[in-house]
Amino acid sequence: MTIYRNRPDLVAALVQDDRVHRDLYLSEELFALEQENLFANTWVFLGHASQVPEAGDFVTQDIAGRPLMMVRQPDGDVHVLYNRCAHKGTQLVTDESGNTGRFFRCPYHAWTYKLDGAPLGLPLKNGYEGTQLKACESGQGLSVVKHVKVYRDFVFVRLSDTGPSFEDYFGEVLGAIDNMVDRSPEGKLTVGGGVLRNVVHCNWKMYLENINDTVHPMSTHESATKAAEALWEGHAPTDPKPMAMEQILPFGSGYEFFDKMGGRVFANGHSVLGVNFSIHSNYAQLPEYEAAMRAAHGEARATEILQRSPQNSVFYPSLSVKGSPQAIRVIRPLAANRTLIEAWSFRAAGAPALLFERAMSYNRLVFSPMSVVAHDDVHLFESIQQGLRAGGNEWVSLHRNYDPAETQQATVTTNGTNELLMRNQFRAWAKSMAAGMEAAA
Amino acid sequence: MTDPRDFVAHEAALLDERRLDDWLALFAEDGHYWVPLLGAAQADPFSHNSLAYEDRLLLQLRVDRLKNPRAHSQHPASHSQHVLQPSRIEREEGDEAWLRTPFLYVEARGENQILLSGTARHHLVRTPTGWSIREKRIDLLNAPRALPAIQLFI
Repeated sequence: MTIYRNRPDLVAALVQDDRVHRDLYLSEELFALEQENLFANTWVFLGHASQVPEAGDFVTQDIAGRPLMMVRQPDGDVHVLYNRCAHKGTQLVTDESGNTGRFFRCPYHAWTYKLDGAPLGLPLKNGYEGTQLKACESGQGLSVVKHVKVYRDFVFVRLSDTGPSFEDYFGEVLGAIDNMVDRSPEGKLTVGGGVLRNVVHCNWKMYLENINDTVHPMSTHESATKAAEALWEGHAPTDPKPMAMEQILPFGSGYEFFDKMGGRVFANGHSVLGVNFSIHSNYAQLPEYEAAMRAAHGEARATEILQRSPQNSVFYPSLSVKGSPQAIRVIRPLAANRTLIEAWSFRAAGAPALLFERAMSYNRLVFSPMSVVAHDDVHLFESIQQGLRAGGNEWVSLHRNYDPAETQQATVTTNGTNELLMRNQFRAWAKSMAAGMEAAA
Repeated sequence: MTDPRDFVAHEAALLDERRLDDWLALFAEDGHYWVPLLGAAQADPFSHNSLAYEDRLLLQLRVDRLKNPRAHSQHPASHSQHVLQPSRIEREEGDEAWLRTPFLYVEARGENQILLSGTARHHLVRTPTGWSIREKRIDLLNAPRALPAIQLFI
């Protein structure tokens, strides 16, 4: 049964000023429409250029249900191609990553393609003389993703031909990537230490919403923070902490801490949580590293970079950046009730090994499938996914600190516990869905 | 219990009986519990990340957390079952022994259960009171793939 297809009015009505309808989390039909519209006409993070350092290196990645591959070209550029042979549709590569050499060769009938997808050759060529192959799509080589932006080695794609430009779409929030990259005195990051992958049985929007939720840690993470506090009891606040303690203890901060950290929203669903300070602000200082940063960036800029350590910067709809521990999370929706979460760590060129250790340690403690912190989050996401099926109340409240004036401004700076950061995501959801559905109509 | 193979079976049984304090007491002061993200292919816990790499402090944290009534994800509680193949002693040298134990691991909670497989690798040291664990390394068969939440100790 279709309810929402061809009905942008009904889709728009699911997002009200201060609450959203449960179908946003439950409906498989809306999930399919998101794949077609939202994830196609927004800029979605695919991968990092450091994953494909050499010509012929590729990484495969599904975006919005389309199998894609990011490929390093002989001239150094990064291209994104559909991982689909022009002949019958075979996936050209089925490894997660690798090097294809100087060309792609389909394992089925040995059609070959250059690294940019241009057709190279095929067996029994004579058989195609006098046919329309060359004129049709199958004779043109691999389909290419036309809208690719490599921003400081972060690779984003927009699958649809319509939609905002990269700069218009992200705007000021790009400063969060700048901050993360500039934490390398050489301005260069490389993915390191592998990716931690979790499958969570909840809707992707619920996970993304929680990235901006500062009211849950005190109650949700009580078991982990109480255990950590008890273990650390008796130490003076100034005692140097083991890295794990440094990273876990701040989760136990009170409501006032999270409220005062502040948040900022931008047009199109993006946000920065922790504009004043965050749970990452008080990591041990590293004098030699800071000297290298001042030498590289100058006094003022170095101070600005190092003092800025937001909790999370959300690049709606799929990327969350933590500049200080040099880590990102990527949200990969699999179904209405299933989401793949990836946690990546980075090495910063010219920075001490301790920074990389911090990124790995944070991800391991907080985002690993064996995390000590995330089990309680995951349990609650799965609980919400079940609970929303209950009748009696079809709405999810986003009322906290709602102000009618907020809908008129693109950028708003506010307190850290304001649900505006979530309302902003859902407004962007409604806008992108409507734009996609109207373009398709 | 002088045969280190018996020790490995005992260690798994303590986990399955949820005698976590007794289990933790098996670790040497400098002992580590390690689940590499690359499984058997991983050389060390520093150049690549791990699903878990924990010293006694962190293991204690994990055990204490599980006991806390506000560990929401333990309502209902998780239970584990280790199904071990016979352990093979790879090497014995002075007061130390290295063993490999292929296993199936089932973790059940509520209506769901997960199945993991791999090889446990124990590095044991002999103490006056018996063996203790210097390192327990778990090489999962599909460690780098997407996994569901693993709440207990493998």
